[in-house]
Amino acid sequence: MAVAQQADLRGPSTRPADSFRTWTTVVSLAAPLLLIALVVVVGSSALPAIRHFGVGFLTSRTWNPVKDQFGALPFIYGTLMTSFLALAIALPVGIGVAIFLAEQGAARVRGAIGVGVELLAAIPSVVYGIWGLYVLAPWLLVHLSRPLSDRLGTIPVFAGPARQTNVLIASIVLAVMVLPTLSAISRDVIRAVPGGMREASVALGATWWETTWKVVLPAARAGIFGATILALGRALGETIAVTMVIGNRVEITPSLLAPAYTLASVIANEFREATGTLYSASLIELGLVLMLVTLTVNILALLLVRSISREARV
Amino acid sequence: MNRNRRRQLGNQLARALVYVMALIALVPLSLVLVYTVANGLPAITHVEFFTNVERPVGIPGAGIAHAFLGTVLLVGLASLMAIPVGIVSGIQLVEYGTGRVGDAVRLACDVMVGIPSIAIGLFAYALLVAPFHHFSGLSGSVALAVLMLPIVVRTTEGAVSLVPGALREAGLALGLPRWRVALQLVLPAAVPGVVTGALLAVARAAGETAPLLFTAFGNRFLSGNPTGPLSALPLIVFNDALTPYPDLVQTAWGAALVLIMVTLLVNVASRVALRRQISLAARL
Repeated sequence: MAVAQQADLRGPSTRPADSFRTWTTVVSLAAPLLLIALVVVVGSSALPAIRHFGVGFLTSRTWNPVKDQFGALPFIYGTLMTSFLALAIALPVGIGVAIFLAEQGAARVRGAIGVGVELLAAIPSVVYGIWGLYVLAPWLLVHLSRPLSDRLGTIPVFAGPARQTNVLIASIVLAVMVLPTLSAISRDVIRAVPGGMREASVALGATWWETTWKVVLPAARAGIFGATILALGRALGETIAVTMVIGNRVEITPSLLAPAYTLASVIANEFREATGTLYSASLIELGLVLMLVTLTVNILALLLVRSISREARV
Repeated sequence: MNRNRRRQLGNQLARALVYVMALIALVPLSLVLVYTVANGLPAITHVEFFTNVERPVGIPGAGIAHAFLGTVLLVGLASLMAIPVGIVSGIQLVEYGTGRVGDAVRLACDVMVGIPSIAIGLFAYALLVAPFHHFSGLSGSVALAVLMLPIVVRTTEGAVSLVPGALREAGLALGLPRWRVALQLVLPAAVPGVVTGALLAVARAAGETAPLLFTAFGNRFLSGNPTGPLSALPLIVFNDALTPYPDLVQTAWGAALVLIMVTLLVNVASRVALRRQISLAARL
């Protein structure tokens, strides 16, 4: 009886709210459905190549459109090489900026530098590309690449001849492009470290730097790691700027001063001219590999960053 | 004493190092801006640059009117697709998004932001170019919309959740249904924040090249027809910069300057809108 009465009371007043809830929920499903569709559509378009080459596609070093032989290894190598090198360059600067933004300097200076770093993220990839190609590359060739190969050419990493477009410059451009991601998230993580920990350390007589290095950064370690992985995801998928400065050569060499090729840039360069089902399917499979790798990397990073912000809230 | 002095010195050194890092971060921004302005200015000081279309190499008076129109059309159509859906999704996340569906939508958006834009281009190609056997502006717009959607969703969610709960409670206490509270009370109070998100998404889409390469494809002529190939500013920069002709490279720098001005302007506008949102939320 009581239950029936309650149901009566609830019935008419909540019905319009329910329909609002239903249709907004249906609309909001667009994002997850699109994500699934992305994987399914790209995956099914790559099927001819997956069937033809099998797992060998990932380990083959040949890329010969004339003979319809395709392998992904040189591109996977180039992608990983540029991305990790970019992170190695960006990490010290990114963490330095994050420390600066989180606890150093006057508010106005901090604001200016914060805006400056965020604007780095607003500059279109293709502008980095044209700048890298016409300004940075010639300068680096004369001032960094050639001296390196002349003096340290016996080390395979710096083996010559130094080219204008190479792995090193692609990594430097990438480092600039992932810097905003890295420093913004690290700043938030460093800010989230409880003030009591800093105060305790300072009260024990530690200097500002000892507090930062031995207390704050270890506490923020996991979050900075998450930020790094997120930046790695960005670097792996970056296309246009890298395409313009990496030199686009299908080759696996240890030298940073030689041209290489990445997953994203081979798609950008060759997909328009790809004739034949197998050729375009192979390029799409490269895209699929790239997408699955970045998806995994991003989900990992998100879970990490989220678990930390949850901890910080508690 | 000696040890303490060493610690103090280390502290000062580290402090200086952090300042240096912060300054290093500003170097690339200023270099990119300075060189783009210096190299692009000679191109954009001619009026024909904005009124003419592409010309064969060697014939002066080439312009980017077709690319400008193309970018406006591509981003406009993408906005029509992504922004309404994104705003409704953002409202849903705040009003009802505590359960599993909300978590799934949030995760999907955060993951989608990180998907390489070239892969989104492949998706639009497989969906809208391959079946019809010709490139189209519409397929480019779809790719850009996929790119914009997660940005709009998350920023709308952020803006709407900034609106104080008291406003919502006041509406509900007056007996208003949830949809009227959400759409007529809460959303208006979040308009500047929602605008911020939409502008950020527009700026991002306007600067993207990779998803347009094999969807909108590019067009040498002035075309306003989204069912055929369309040109775009980033496509001009990418294609012309990689040619060996100084004229075309000059056009590329000019287009890059226009592009950077558009995206930075939209970005600054979004910042102004965000500031208004914060002051509005404080007043409510």
